[in-house]
Amino acid sequence: MPWVDACAVDDVDEEDVIRWDHEDRTYAIYRSSDNEFYCTDGLCTHEQVHLSGGLVIDYEIECPKHNGLFDYRSGKALRAPVCEDLRSYETKVGDGRVMVLVE
Amino acid sequence: MSKSTAPIGSEFAVRDYSLTGDSTRQAIETGLSAAEWYHSEVPRKKLKSLMKRRDAPAIRDTVIWIALHFGFAAGGLYFWGSWLCVPFWFAYGVVYGSACDSRWHECGHGTAFRTRWMNDVVYHIASFQIMRNPVNWRWSHARHHTDTLIVGRDPEIAWMHPISLVLKALAFVGIVETWTSLKVLMRNAMGNLSQEEQDYIPENQWPKAVFWARVHIVIYAAVLVVSFVLFAFGAGWKSLIPILLIGGPRIYGCWHFVMTGLLQHGGFAENVLDHRLNSRTLYMNPISRWIYWNMNYHIEHHMFPMVPYYALPELHELIKDDLPPPNTSIWDGYKEMMGSVMKQRVDPNHAIRKTLPPTARPYREHLHRAVPERNTGLEICDTGGT
Repeated sequence: MPWVDACAVDDVDEEDVIRWDHEDRTYAIYRSSDNEFYCTDGLCTHEQVHLSGGLVIDYEIECPKHNGLFDYRSGKALRAPVCEDLRSYETKVGDGRVMVLVE
Repeated sequence: MSKSTAPIGSEFAVRDYSLTGDSTRQAIETGLSAAEWYHSEVPRKKLKSLMKRRDAPAIRDTVIWIALHFGFAAGGLYFWGSWLCVPFWFAYGVVYGSACDSRWHECGHGTAFRTRWMNDVVYHIASFQIMRNPVNWRWSHARHHTDTLIVGRDPEIAWMHPISLVLKALAFVGIVETWTSLKVLMRNAMGNLSQEEQDYIPENQWPKAVFWARVHIVIYAAVLVVSFVLFAFGAGWKSLIPILLIGGPRIYGCWHFVMTGLLQHGGFAENVLDHRLNSRTLYMNPISRWIYWNMNYHIEHHMFPMVPYYALPELHELIKDDLPPPNTSIWDGYKEMMGSVMKQRVDPNHAIRKTLPPTARPYREHLHRAVPERNTGLEICDTGGT
């Protein structure tokens, strides 16, 4: 399970999300308002819409298509139409880079 | 402004609008379902500011909405027995039976309020008023946004071919829809979900659908009982008051939401993947916009469903150069829509196709397949188009 260099810290605005593609998978990387970084699967578990177009509010990400809501720290589904949790990944920051522990 | 087109999938000989039939299979096989739709360009920072949620506008509008319920009902009761009560009941009917549609819709999206429970409370009240099972319709509307006007996938296509103008006219008085809605609620309350409901509602939500149907039915039954008791005790016409207050406005007050709702996609093409080709943005008077919560900006809403109703005018200003020209009024919208609808009755492939301004990107004409499999593929297979 390698740590992978995903992006620069400055690539993600505060309280925002970006898309990160690695090998054959796509992820969403979040930066909270308290400057913590998180990573989940990129696609909503309801229908395959990328969450990077969504809205980050506090610790929640809202899907841009149907407004389903997840806690991006844990991936937990919070509001219909999403019922299935997102997979989340460990992150760490070093030398201005965000690293993700991919599986 | 309009012409006959050959939308994707128009080779399907028979339009089967069921969600479990041949059209469904064809829509999935051809990639029409859950496809990549056209979006106007909006800088991320700007879009974030437009999507930002606030409680204040919806609290203000909800307080006014509730106050109007009480005010108009009070007027209707005070002037009962005189013709003066009629305008009060007329207005009460609209704030109950029409404004509920936009509140149901916006709160279902979770965009009206920043505070989640406020969205949920208003969503349930409005769902009750419009006689929609709050669970079923949350899911059907999600599907409507995924597959807008995709035959066999969208459960909310208002203008199905062949178009019955009689049924559309009757919708303005809501009798058929009210009866149909009550039958659905009754069926759900008995624990039965149709095959189609089972198709778009996840199985773990079925018990909730049954529960809320029972809540609605119990309240309506209580209203009927009170009305009957009043009648039995000699209240005469006054025994109708409970029904005029609760349930009845779905019939006598729905005309405004039907009027605006039919304009959303009427006369446009099915089976296209560009909301500029299947949705209508139009300007309308401020009272209708308040009742309708700005859903007259319907192309904008479909392109960016996370933008709250109070930010849609600003979004419209931002992207209007990429959109077809809006209709100038409800009347103008109806002229355009009905002209197309009359042609569609003869040729279902006919559709409005407005000329885009020179600043706009061309219509997305062809099927795009840009939806990667979850965590398995990132390749974009673009089979053509702009």
